[in-house]
Amino acid sequence: MTSEGIGASVRRKEDYRFLTGNGNYLDDISRSGQAYASFVRSPHANAKINGIDTSSAQNAPGVLAVFTGQDLADDGVGPLICGWLIKSKNGEDHNAPAHPALAVDTVRYVGDTVAIVIAETLEQAKDGAEQVNVDYQELPAIAFAGDALRDGAPQVHDDAPGNLCYDWEIGEKAETDAAFDAAAHVTSLEIVNNRLIPNAVEPRAAIGQYDPGNESFTLYTTSQNPHVTRLVLSAFNQVAPEHKLRVVAPDVGGGFGSKIFIYAEETVCLWASRKVNRPIKWTAARSESFQSDAHGRDHVTKAELALDANGKFTGLRVNTVANMGAYLSTFATCVPSYLYATLLAGQYTTPAIYCDVQAVFTHTTPVDAYRGAGRPEATFVIERLVEQAAKEMGTDPAELRRKNMIAADAFPYQTPVIQQYDCGDYPRALDEALSRADYAGFAQRKAESESNGKKRGIGFSSYIEACGIAPSAAVGALGGGVGLWESGHLRFNPTGSVTIFTGSHSHGQGHETTFAQIVASRLGVPVENVEVVHGDTDKVLFGMGTYGSRSAAVGGSALCKAADKIIDKGRKIAAHILEASEDDIEFADGNFTVAGTDKAMSIGEVAFAAYVPHNYPEDLEPGLNESAFYDPLNFSFPAGTHICEVEIDPDTGTVEITNYTAVDDFGTVINPMIVEGQVHGGVAQGVGQALLEGCVYDSAGQLVTGSFMDYTMPRADSVPSIGVGMTEVPSPLNPLGVKGCGEAGAIAAPAATINAVVDALWDMGVRSVPMPATASNVWQSIQSAALAAE
Amino acid sequence: MPVTVSMTVNGKAVSGEVEPRTLLVQFIRENLRLTGTHVGCDTSQCGACVVHINGTSVKSCTQLAVQCEGAEVKTIESLATDGELHPMQEAFRQNHGLQCGFCTPGMVMSAVDLVKENPDPSEQEIREWLEGNICRCTGYHNIVKSIKAGAEAMRG
Repeated sequence: MTSEGIGASVRRKEDYRFLTGNGNYLDDISRSGQAYASFVRSPHANAKINGIDTSSAQNAPGVLAVFTGQDLADDGVGPLICGWLIKSKNGEDHNAPAHPALAVDTVRYVGDTVAIVIAETLEQAKDGAEQVNVDYQELPAIAFAGDALRDGAPQVHDDAPGNLCYDWEIGEKAETDAAFDAAAHVTSLEIVNNRLIPNAVEPRAAIGQYDPGNESFTLYTTSQNPHVTRLVLSAFNQVAPEHKLRVVAPDVGGGFGSKIFIYAEETVCLWASRKVNRPIKWTAARSESFQSDAHGRDHVTKAELALDANGKFTGLRVNTVANMGAYLSTFATCVPSYLYATLLAGQYTTPAIYCDVQAVFTHTTPVDAYRGAGRPEATFVIERLVEQAAKEMGTDPAELRRKNMIAADAFPYQTPVIQQYDCGDYPRALDEALSRADYAGFAQRKAESESNGKKRGIGFSSYIEACGIAPSAAVGALGGGVGLWESGHLRFNPTGSVTIFTGSHSHGQGHETTFAQIVASRLGVPVENVEVVHGDTDKVLFGMGTYGSRSAAVGGSALCKAADKIIDKGRKIAAHILEASEDDIEFADGNFTVAGTDKAMSIGEVAFAAYVPHNYPEDLEPGLNESAFYDPLNFSFPAGTHICEVEIDPDTGTVEITNYTAVDDFGTVINPMIVEGQVHGGVAQGVGQALLEGCVYDSAGQLVTGSFMDYTMPRADSVPSIGVGMTEVPSPLNPLGVKGCGEAGAIAAPAATINAVVDALWDMGVRSVPMPATASNVWQSIQSAALAAE
Repeated sequence: MPVTVSMTVNGKAVSGEVEPRTLLVQFIRENLRLTGTHVGCDTSQCGACVVHINGTSVKSCTQLAVQCEGAEVKTIESLATDGELHPMQEAFRQNHGLQCGFCTPGMVMSAVDLVKENPDPSEQEIREWLEGNICRCTGYHNIVKSIKAGAEAMRG
């Protein structure tokens, strides 16, 4: 490992512009002559639109145009799509009601887009929007997933009877039922995985621009995947053909999944830019983001774990009702199915698993992938059941896990739920976590807390997840409408510097540094001579983008393949110039050497020779420029154990995390500093879900938590310091051996935290606490347990 | 009805025509084209807009531009000198105190003011001071580490 290669904590190249206020975020961009958009949004959760009167708005000062859903339909603009087909148990395709970008005859959630007002200034657009008169006829609404399937529940879509999107299953029902019938012990839990709002600190924004001379469009958008946006806008929304549409995702201030999807706002701004022949800029106000960014999680689950008399898991049975919201967002259907239930084996050898999922519509904001996307939900189910089983059977929770963990020599391990894990050493991570968390000293710390009138608890989460998404053929077989490969393009300049064009997108992950490290280590070019370009469909080969912890595993691997091609070509050039046979040329540390001699050429000299080919192989093209598309062989499977220790004041319900330990196996670690940062951030979001955050709708479908006033974001004084350890078991399945790290913290932390809270309060009779475990909810749980005991 | 407002921003006298309802953050971003100061919310909680007014950190979304008539305003763009990072900026870089960078200008401006008030803040004091700065990416662990290091560097 050099000071700059794989494994080095190289300080980030992108930091300079962010630290000095020279970032280029969407709202920082202004296009000459731009106009501003404001969207008219439904204040009702469910209502018929009897008419939209735009005349006042159209005549308001500065207003250039007002458009409604009818205008889009008249122009043949297609609806917003969902790209993953799920088949129900009866073989039918999932119900996919149409999702127009601007509502035509019905609004279905508070915040649903109804019209766009475009004006010379933002204030004029907002004032104009207030003058659009919509004649709404309010209807009853349904907000809770658990109520959506009930007889008589208000129907969200006529073509989704009973509010059902799909009724899907996975695993072996008969075998699992038999395991339960024969079980020595059954642990069961009812679990709500609370709805979350992503709240990246940069709100979503877009600028749509039309060039009438070229008949071409440019869309600036806060996207994690500009090429996918371009494909969807052209093929499905039909705003422009792909070759006439450039999509640019500049500096983006966080995504966490919420900026994957193709939303109404950028679709309409882009389309409208040709109608008014002015660039049109829209930036979400935070309260708009609350209503319109795809929400996360929102599962209601009944889960049971069957154990034999020795504490071995023999069966797992899960039923989940998953909220899709009012319409299907771009990837919504795969999150509570293939990204969730295929992880239900966890780290364990449970032989019989069955899960069925009913995805339902409600009059709420559409729900889709949010950091972890299905895997936090799966981990929470398993790890809460395991901890509960340990308590019920009087076993130490670490030992119960260890007894059931897949052994380090049992890989590749085929689970009963499709996934085949490549490699791992789960007991080793558990041991390291126990040591770092000083598990041995817990009993004493608990006693000390008790003597101070406080309750101390410790909770585990031995998680596994599937990321590095994903092999295209597998994705297609499971209903995905896209491939999930990635592109990498390396362009050497004559003077020896390199530009990387990657289909991955960085919105905080540090690719400008880590991808430079990959190339530095593979090709021996110093990091400072490597430039990373991403986010512009005009510059970069088609890329699937960044989500699902895939950039290093898939994007990085594509760069490795391109680097291999560079080395192959360089070898031919060096052989010619050094007058040796290709087989005798070795490449190491940036130099091509004739084996056994000191005749050598640096890769920089080779690059120069490629562009100035005076002494050059006859049959070889000039230039040193190679690209590769990489399709992963499998998902990758990071795993580990997190341990959370809490101290609770039983009089107030206040929970304090005194210690948080994470030990993760991410395979090869490119930049430890950056990987630890991903763990910190993920854990903060997971702790946020467990203790602070919760999106609340009232029974009429009104969004009660509509701003930062009501939705508790983790702040510096509510998140602990986090101890991070790593056990590296390189994946055999990609050239770098990386597994991906971006989501693990958010996946593991909620279970560890709630397990700790329940542990602390177990001797007060508390058996579960809802998320978020706010002081109020904890206090209530204590009171309820006390009442039940009487 | 537009009014004229004048102040000193980053050491330079500036003035502009604004509607009375214009926030200071809008004046900075739109009139002065200093886009390093960011808008992240509409309820004055996120802190992405923190600047210094007359030497103290203030959320620029809580000030009307006209309230700052004659004031001395400093934004993130004023910290680095001749291309060299301020010790607090350098500390953030060395300690990975930023990921997407969107909260960073407000975070750094807030941190610089903390150290002015309290040259050797403890971890707890740093965490409490940052109550008005939301970060979604870092989990704050490395921000706290950066500010500790930045404070030490600023103490010389």
